Amino acid sequence: MNVLWLQSGGCGGCSMSLLCADTTDFQGHLRDGGIQLLWHPSLSLASGEEVIELLDALAAGNTLLDVLCVEGSLLRGPNGTGRFHMLAGTGLPMIDWVKRLAARAKHVMAVGSCAAWGGITAGGNNPTDACGLQFEDDQLGGLLGAAFRSGSGLPVINVAGCPTHPSWITDTLMALAANTFNAEDLDPLNRPRSYADQLVHHGCTRNEYYEFKASAEKPSDLGCMMEHMGCKGTQVHADCNIRLWNGEGSCTRGGYACIACTEPGFQEPGHPFHETPKLAGIPIGLPTDMPKAWFVALASLSKSATPKRVKNNAVADHLVVRPAVRKTRLK
Amino acid sequence: MSRLLVGPFNRVEGDLEVALDIADGRVSSAQVNATMYRGFEQILQGKEPHDALVYVPRICGICSVSQSVASARALADLGGITMPPNGQHATNVILSNENLADHLTHFYLFFMPDFARPVYAGHAWHAEAVRRFSPDYGEQVRAATAARQRWLTIMGTLGGKWPHTQSIEPGGSTRAIDSAERVRLLAKVREFRSFLERQLFAAPLEAVASLPNEEALWNWHAQDPLAGDLRFFLTLVRDLSLQSLGQGPGRYLSYGAYAQPDGSWALPGGVWRADSARLDVLDAAAITEDATHAWLAEGGKGPLHPLSGITRPEPDKRGAYTWNKAPRLAGEVVETGAIARQLAGGQSLVRDAVAHHGGTVYTRVLARLIELARVVPMVEDWLQGIRPGEAFCVPSSLPEDGRGVGLGEAARGSLGHWIVVQRGRIANYQIVAPTSWNFSPRDAAGTPGALEQALVNASVLDGEKTPISVQHIVRSFDPCMVCTVH
Ligand code: SF4
Ligand code: SF4
Repeated sequence: MNVLWLQSGGCGGCSMSLLCADTTDFQGHLRDGGIQLLWHPSLSLASGEEVIELLDALAAGNTLLDVLCVEGSLLRGPNGTGRFHMLAGTGLPMIDWVKRLAARAKHVMAVGSCAAWGGITAGGNNPTDACGLQFEDDQLGGLLGAAFRSGSGLPVINVAGCPTHPSWITDTLMALAANTFNAEDLDPLNRPRSYADQLVHHGCTRNEYYEFKASAEKPSDLGCMMEHMGCKGTQVHADCNIRLWNGEGSCTRGGYACIACTEPGFQEPGHPFHETPKLAGIPIGLPTDMPKAWFVALASLSKSATPKRVKNNAVADHLVVRPAVRKTRLK
Repeated sequence: MSRLLVGPFNRVEGDLEVALDIADGRVSSAQVNATMYRGFEQILQGKEPHDALVYVPRICGICSVSQSVASARALADLGGITMPPNGQHATNVILSNENLADHLTHFYLFFMPDFARPVYAGHAWHAEAVRRFSPDYGEQVRAATAARQRWLTIMGTLGGKWPHTQSIEPGGSTRAIDSAERVRLLAKVREFRSFLERQLFAAPLEAVASLPNEEALWNWHAQDPLAGDLRFFLTLVRDLSLQSLGQGPGRYLSYGAYAQPDGSWALPGGVWRADSARLDVLDAAAITEDATHAWLAEGGKGPLHPLSGITRPEPDKRGAYTWNKAPRLAGEVVETGAIARQLAGGQSLVRDAVAHHGGTVYTRVLARLIELARVVPMVEDWLQGIRPGEAFCVPSSLPEDGRGVGLGEAARGSLGHWIVVQRGRIANYQIVAPTSWNFSPRDAAGTPGALEQALVNASVLDGEKTPISVQHIVRSFDPCMVCTVH
């Protein structure tokens, strides 16, 4: 399966993340999965005119393009010209290259939240008029338009995340190479269900603190970060706390809040990232699938039942009260 | 005379184009174009200051932690916050984890593969270069990718994930570690050390870091010219005269790397002048950015200090050819990177090599590899210095009005963040990245930037459209174009 990887209005972080894939032989891992990188900006030998020849051959349909991967958002400005990113050596805006190549590709994959929704590059007043391949935040459209379908009949596959987890990319590419990826494998935002059918909250090491609403009050505290520190893990689709990062990490395990980087519009939450927006003392963003009244009732009940251990540890950066050791056999 | 437009460059971060004037088979003049603009400095306007810690790592996926550290330092400066020793040590481990991963990535994945190109097929070492460094099958490329992956698992523990960790705060690190974790982290550092000692150096790190001068280096090389990838590189240096390729401006800037709890730096900074072999104290007030040849507004006031800098696109500006401004230190062009850190930090082999050859393809790459050998033992010390049970982070509160400066070193060189806060919001945020210095365009006086100077005289072979010498020179700087223009 021939894969072309282009980078536009992003930071290259999704590529750097990909290189951290959990394998002892990255290059062999891709090859064994049936993936051939025709060109990747950080990994290939070809440079300059060799690359332009390849792109011309792909755009003309003389070389088969199975997957077009785009990392980084698409920069439409200034004034729709795309001049905020001209593909070096070609005199053409990157958005023109992407449109031409997408029209030839069997599959189109947005790598990262920039290419999926616009992402961080679309923050603030969006100075470059950045958007995603087929979305602009949560609105269908983007560079290619709502009606776009690649050669396979699928819309753009949004492997969102900032960055994406390496195995979200490799799993999806390998499923495409094996021809086992179908429309049913996409969630309503066209993200692969293989990672988007989980919530970040699942598997979080702070779950016991969450149960008792024993909350962190400052950075580095061990408690749950939902109540005060801006954690959106109970609403965010991703398996970060199940499929860990860089060996054993996740944002919440690193001591900071989930900022919803796999979700459209995460770059402009409308409140400081590290603070939980509240109404009358109650967080506005309640857990997905949970009615407010229940949340309020459960929270006040569980707070009054919080064990001392959980309460004290929640506001320290290491265990200050250890789980009790019982002298009798456990029943 | 002919003109050549070269791009896209790959195996650099981001998109890069170079325009070359060529006469008699040599580059007579070069213009460097950073072709993409995203506008982080504009995006940050009006934000809550602490939110910078979410945005700025995303300037760059290869040095995101360096951006976080510079930003956290600017906020700490703004709020008068001092982090506890544990926070300092943890931050240094996280930062060095990224920096050293960068050096490894640069050498094995970005720089060396060019020697596997067919253009070198006639050289005795070519088959070996292909075996070691071809991007898809090269044995050393694959081994280094695996070593990098393992090494960055340290980041998983200390930073949650990489890139774009948010564990770095003005008041320290949000991830405390206990003694059992420290033991595991030390084991991972030893694993990385062992890769370097077996594959890259074929010698103990301490033996490489203590080579006193060039003579000792070449004697060590002569013992076994193909053992380890550093000696293999030295073999190529001799054969291809890489010691004289890509002469930089001869002035080197380092802000100082790895702040210690006592206020000192593990690698002290300064401005090194090769002609007089003198280290000057840095005057950060003398840093300016000149936007004459950038597609950016100039505000009619000439070069500006970053605290009063402006970033506003002017895509139709005449005479402009890049999105990068031209940073200058007291009006002068400087080069930054591992070579500057090792020169300022007093590493005797790098000082000797630069005294003989200047800043060139050879000395830039050598400095990065020497830095790998020097810093890994420091990482072991920082981990040993952590006191489990003591604080890693102090809460920070930021004033409603004020300014802050955060200077530090990314793998590629000196990185500065300048923040101005008014009524609790960011009124101005300016970033000067390492590649902004190295890949600077001309300034108002027409003086070319460091790479623009280094490319002059590079040889262009008959029929070459992407000259190999130009590729070596460009990659010897390990540029990051996404940082350059943010
Ligand atoms: S999604 Fe995030 S990590 Fe990926 S390119 Fe965009 S900013 Fe970088
Ligand atoms: S910190 Fe976030 S993800 Fe973890 S338990 Fe609390 S709400 Fe859930």
